[in-house]
Amino acid sequence: MKIFIERIQKTIEREFSGKVKDLLKSVDINPNNVLVVRNNELITEEDDVKNSDSVKILSVISGG
Amino acid sequence: MLCSKCKEKAVFLSPKLCKNHFVDYFEKKVFDTIKKFNLLKKNDKVVVACSGGKDSTTVLYLLKKFHGNVVALAIDEGIRGYRDKTLLDLERFCKKHDIELRVHSFKDEVGKTLDRMLKQKNHPCSICGTFRRYLLNKHAKGFDKIATGHNMDDEAQAVLMNLLKGNTGLLWNSNPITRKVKGFVQKIKPLYFCSEKEVAAYVLLKSFEVGFIECPYMEESFRNKVRDVLNDDELKHKCSKLNILNKNLELLKKLDLKRKDFRYCSDCREPSQSRVCKTCQLIKSFK
Repeated sequence: MKIFIERIQKTIEREFSGKVKDLLKSVDINPNNVLVVRNNELITEEDDVKNSDSVKILSVISGG
Repeated sequence: MLCSKCKEKAVFLSPKLCKNHFVDYFEKKVFDTIKKFNLLKKNDKVVVACSGGKDSTTVLYLLKKFHGNVVALAIDEGIRGYRDKTLLDLERFCKKHDIELRVHSFKDEVGKTLDRMLKQKNHPCSICGTFRRYLLNKHAKGFDKIATGHNMDDEAQAVLMNLLKGNTGLLWNSNPITRKVKGFVQKIKPLYFCSEKEVAAYVLLKSFEVGFIECPYMEESFRNKVRDVLNDDELKHKCSKLNILNKNLELLKKLDLKRKDFRYCSDCREPSQSRVCKTCQLIKSFK
């Protein structure tokens, strides 16, 4: 699966099929800090993603 | 997973809502906050403190929708690669929505960009915050209210930070509307009960063209550490941020904390807690 992590502006690849919340856990990201988008559609932590999907993890934190 | 109100697919988990119901829920929450805390009177002249980021852009859009005529006021601190980008987004947004935009810069008003100041001193958030607050208040004179994009996360962080630092006198600032003080334009926070994640989802679902970028100096801030603690806690204890805000509001009512009386700066005549205000002291220190 291709995973674009916006906060570090990097795309990583890893084998994964399962729930979004478990995907976030595997990359050590707190779900409160991000939104997850698949094919330009917002999905929730309880949605399933497949290994063939490409997802974006967008940081919700802004300002400073 | 389906929306709790219809058969559409949910796009948000807590509450479990589809796109249309989430947008309605979010807008109602902002509208209810405005009504409940009496943030706006019918004929108030409102300026929105804008950064071009998701929070203030959302406030700008919703106040234009709920209240009508608003002006966007932006401060360009001079943070290369960050503020220049967000201000471009803001210019485009204001043009598209026919909103007047006024921009004032650190460079023109206090003599240097923040990037240059930080070559002489540390503590970016303290310097930036002092000058931003000063310039926003200065250029909001003539308006009845300054609306800001502070959301539930910002406010819960502020409460905790003030408690940790022992600044209990500042707790009354963590209100949806600040008290009236001569020399200060009243601030209102329509996103007070909206989480940072809810605001981001709203912006994405409304297709606002704003970048989700972070200030490059944020890593160094105390606020960032407090944010991590609160977000980690919220995973285990749902609504902990909301609880902090509700309890803070309850306590403030009971304690009726008095703010220190303000004097007026001998140099610039703006409200100040000392003979010369922090802004004038900082400007002198950079000369």
